[in-house]
Amino acid sequence: MKSFVSVVAVAAAALLASTSVHAADVEVVHWWTSGGEQAAVSVFAQEFDATGDHWVDGAIALGETARATIMQRALGGDPPDAAQFNPGRQYEELIAAGLLLDLTPLAEKEGWDKIIRPDSLKAPCQIDGKWWCVPVNLHLQNWAWASIPAFTKAGLEVPTDWDTYLADLPKLKEAGVIPFAVGGDGGGWQISLLANQLILSQLGAASVEKIWKDKDLDLAGGPEVLKAFTTLKTLGEYADDGSPNRSWADTASLVIKGDAALQVMGDWAQGEFQVAGQKPGVDYACLLGPLSPDPQNVRGGGDIFVFFKQGDPDVERAQLSLASLMLSPAVQAKFNTAKGSAPVRDDVDMSLANDCMKKALTVLAKPGALVPDQNIWRNEAFATAQNAIFSDLIYNKATTPESAQAQFVELLKNAE
Amino acid sequence: MTTITASERALSEGQLKSRANRRRLLSKLPAIIGTIPMMIVAIGVFVIGIGFTIVLSFTNVKFFLINIDFVGLKQYDILWSTARWVESVKHIWFYGFGHIALCLVGGFLLAVFMDQRIKAEDAFRTIFLYPFALSAVITGLVWQLMLDPIWGLQAYVRSLGFSDFTFAPLADGNTALLGMIVASSWNGVGVTMAILLAGLRGVDEEIWKAARIDGIPTWRTYISIVIPMMRGAVATALVLLVVNVVRTFDIVIAMTGGGPGISTQMPATYVIDSINSRNVGQGMAAATIMLLPIAMLILIQFFFRWRASLKGRTT
Repeated sequence: MKSFVSVVAVAAAALLASTSVHAADVEVVHWWTSGGEQAAVSVFAQEFDATGDHWVDGAIALGETARATIMQRALGGDPPDAAQFNPGRQYEELIAAGLLLDLTPLAEKEGWDKIIRPDSLKAPCQIDGKWWCVPVNLHLQNWAWASIPAFTKAGLEVPTDWDTYLADLPKLKEAGVIPFAVGGDGGGWQISLLANQLILSQLGAASVEKIWKDKDLDLAGGPEVLKAFTTLKTLGEYADDGSPNRSWADTASLVIKGDAALQVMGDWAQGEFQVAGQKPGVDYACLLGPLSPDPQNVRGGGDIFVFFKQGDPDVERAQLSLASLMLSPAVQAKFNTAKGSAPVRDDVDMSLANDCMKKALTVLAKPGALVPDQNIWRNEAFATAQNAIFSDLIYNKATTPESAQAQFVELLKNAE
Repeated sequence: MTTITASERALSEGQLKSRANRRRLLSKLPAIIGTIPMMIVAIGVFVIGIGFTIVLSFTNVKFFLINIDFVGLKQYDILWSTARWVESVKHIWFYGFGHIALCLVGGFLLAVFMDQRIKAEDAFRTIFLYPFALSAVITGLVWQLMLDPIWGLQAYVRSLGFSDFTFAPLADGNTALLGMIVASSWNGVGVTMAILLAGLRGVDEEIWKAARIDGIPTWRTYISIVIPMMRGAVATALVLLVVNVVRTFDIVIAMTGGGPGISTQMPATYVIDSINSRNVGQGMAAATIMLLPIAMLILIQFFFRWRASLKGRTT
């Protein structure tokens, strides 16, 4: 395996040195299909087309579906040229199977080691000293997005902590507003995300790490986690009938229209507010934590791109050119502004960032503030099973917080 | 001398026999060649595929066939301790009985209706059969839209002024499966009707006359005489419906995606989700369990055939 990889590395280096240049098509599979996401991905496409090569767009709605398609194509021997994943363990099988292009020579040439920060963004791509992927953004997940008009309609202030918000729920319902907006598509990833952020907000970063990284079954089965599960159950009771199977973007549009009061979602939701022409502090409120009066942590996820070996020198040159372009400061600034995410390097001009993003960047600057997403520690099989547990808790009246917690502990126990 | 001629004769007889064999083989050759693709598919897909499924269910295989360890029954332990799977098994029984009962009863009533020498029978038959021409995905999407609280029936009735009207079966975990049963039965009832109508038409007119002379009421004639006489048609319809239930997958994806929560998940969606989340070992354990009822049916069928052959020998 090692010698095989080094042969590939030598081949890649040789290709970099070769002089003949032909324009090539690069097919990129990703799941950026909402309005805000399309605005962001078209930055990549336009900038890449301007270099003479051609971006072939392979958008597939819903991350779960897109990743399954990428994997099936890889298994069938016809992988796309580039593919999106979330940083962490989603692509570990591809590395082990030797299907990915080794980006180490390019990374060393451009000094990715030095320009990408913080270190936790590098780790998912730099494995055993080799670079297998390009991180393109840092998404912060522990946000709540609230509609200011919706709270005003119910005669309420936008809350700053969970207890106030939970007390507000019946009043919002009385005022004819959907008190809590959530969607259950793709098996329930939105609800897993909500549960993750809720536990971070109520129990703190150390507990999150103990549960999802160290598989601390006592903590996961304990009273504090049970309290979070009970809160989830309550929130589910205040969701609307259209909630099961709804996408995050459709859910966000309910908050944008003021039909719903609040949604817990990552900062990619901000792209939707921007596309709708809304202003933070006027039309909507962004509540970091989520809903913490004094947020100490930001929960970082994001997106990375892997490049599949294709055995065609022209395509490989174009793939490396795309990898390099994705990290360039100008593209990083444009892309992340449209996407609502933070850039992966410090030397990017973020003067365009709005108040919400600036708030997050201030917290992010504190040492140790960044808590990784669960995908760093647990694989996709775990995520799928976890989605089922949390969405069952929210949508099934008969499922109690206690029985859902027992399922969660069982899942953690068997997790690899 | 004589011994030599005898052996020569024997040899030539043997040659003749082998020549006849060869001729017989040649005449069968097209048939053998014709069935080879089918045999390859049968052995390749069914035998080898099922073999892989069962073997992999005892391993920790993730997605690619690398770094595989045998883990014994661990995948099955995990499977049966997972609420989603246990619920899926309950769902398929509930859905299966509901779907089959609704299709058989509805199909039979429609067939009786069609058998009343009504006008425009062809038009009605086309209408009833039409849903079957739609794929399960289209059926699911259409019904999903109709039952959707924001776009469907509920919104329409509310727009008429009944603002408290609530009808959103798919939004409630307790009723979502019922909505799915109605949609899939709408799709399948026409075919059941067509098969049962053929069965009804196969019943001799004389029997009806005899029943009428004996003064037996019509409903009684149907239940006690006609239905037992058309058990062939009923069996055909039943087999088709059972096959439909076992492969239930696309209508779930189109209507609910398995939700709300996990309240409409089915064994087949569990298998596919396990494979798609790179947990092939777990998916194969679930697929192996799905195989069991079918294997049982085949065994029962073998048993009956074996018993029939025993009977045939004694008489």
